[in-house]
Amino acid sequence: MTIQDLGRFGHRDIGVPISGAMDVDSVKKANLLLENDPNAAVLEITMQGPTLQFEEPTAICLSGAHISATLNNVPIENYQVVQISKGDILSYGRLENGFRGYLAIKDGFQTPKVLDSRSQFIPVTKKKHVKDGEEIPYTKTDSYAPIISEVKIEDHFLGEELEVFKGPEFSLLSDQQLAAIFSKPFTVSKENNRMAYQLKELIPGHGHSMLTSGTLPGTIQFTPAGRLIILMKDGQTTGGYPRILQLSEAAINTLAQKKLGDTLSFKLL
Amino acid sequence: MKSYPITIKPFGERAILVEWPNQVEESILADILDFMDAFKELGLPGWEMSVAYNSLTMVCNQEHLDFEAIKKLVLDCHSRQAATKTKRIQHLWQIPVCYDLEFGIDLEEASKTLNLSPDELIQEHTAHQYVVYGIGFLPGFMYLGGLPTGLEIPRRAEPRLQVAKGSVGLAGKQTGVYPQDSPGGWNIIGNCPVELFNPKAEEPCFVKVGDKIQFQKISRAEYDLHKIEGEVGIYKPEKTVLNA
Repeated sequence: MTIQDLGRFGHRDIGVPISGAMDVDSVKKANLLLENDPNAAVLEITMQGPTLQFEEPTAICLSGAHISATLNNVPIENYQVVQISKGDILSYGRLENGFRGYLAIKDGFQTPKVLDSRSQFIPVTKKKHVKDGEEIPYTKTDSYAPIISEVKIEDHFLGEELEVFKGPEFSLLSDQQLAAIFSKPFTVSKENNRMAYQLKELIPGHGHSMLTSGTLPGTIQFTPAGRLIILMKDGQTTGGYPRILQLSEAAINTLAQKKLGDTLSFKLL
Repeated sequence: MKSYPITIKPFGERAILVEWPNQVEESILADILDFMDAFKELGLPGWEMSVAYNSLTMVCNQEHLDFEAIKKLVLDCHSRQAATKTKRIQHLWQIPVCYDLEFGIDLEEASKTLNLSPDELIQEHTAHQYVVYGIGFLPGFMYLGGLPTGLEIPRRAEPRLQVAKGSVGLAGKQTGVYPQDSPGGWNIIGNCPVELFNPKAEEPCFVKVGDKIQFQKISRAEYDLHKIEGEVGIYKPEKTVLNA
């Protein structure tokens, strides 16, 4: 579980990744319902949820993965503005779909900003994630009357198809490699985290070498052994493997909700 | 100033990649830095740029990027960059390194492979100025060029799961400093007590692309002193202006 906002823009020149929420779409929607700044900090909860006790009244909104959340043992839904009283307990259960759930709070979590962002990333922030027993500051809101208290939104991340653009080294791909990429689904390997998702299936490899150059979230790197590595929000800012494809921003949000064993396929835009 | 042909490629929805000829050359780097100065002078909001050897990645955080419009703007800016008023300052930094075997865990083996004594290796490593061709991979990690061929050595067959922060390594045509604990396959020959990335500092990374660095051999006692000076915030690395 980490604190995330929309990330740390403007420090790429010294090798600092953008970080920020993996599934920005879910975060923006939750912040919108709370009438927050889109950049308000949220909790990103991966697969397993914590039990949280609120020390002050506020309002919250959940989004992203469905992790069977309850407030004082009563189930609550995603995209529902929920009033919180002092002492309320939020807990999570089984992961029903997706991989990363978000907890947005009225006016955002108020942890310190480092290099213009609250997103947790070592060595920029001191802490890598929120630990058991830790207090997370937020602003007390006694009563909040939302404009919209609940919306039904279809989850954007259920599909398997990821839309991709050609990457800077797309032209290095042979017909055989292209066919291998676009004709079959891939599986998310166990090496998947906020830095990168590696795909399990290999495609025919290559012997190209190139000078190190810039990489972005959503860049698909192609290793000589034929492995596809998709960089994500905490991913390195430069790399030396051919960048054959680039995920659309919508595809990054979808991939952020995929876990070990999930399948996905690519569609060239 | 020499000007080179550039190519511009789209890189997803919000970025472009500008490429110079595929070589590691100081004159190419100078052309890239001149372009960056000229582009910054346009005062367009919401851009971040990072250099790596012969390329510049330009990312925009505005809503939509019109590739054809930005391509035209970049080409125009590159053709007129000689008129830029901004004069960037480039520095030569003396970066202290303790080459004691306690830190330089691969120094003896690397020396043998290179047919040098450890002292000769250290002398060669500290005799040259290295150009900073990029900062990336990890926060504060410098891509350095200009390693003498006599110090080119393959990566270790098996990378280490953990290389200590500050470790100074050799691998292929590269030498550099690990700015934080990290897995790595370079041959470690010493350790640098200076923080190359400090998010609390006014300038989190004091070295800039286009600067040069020279390693300076220090004793264990000086290493400890610099480390303490760094912790209390009074250590200032020695620098000289290159293009005054």
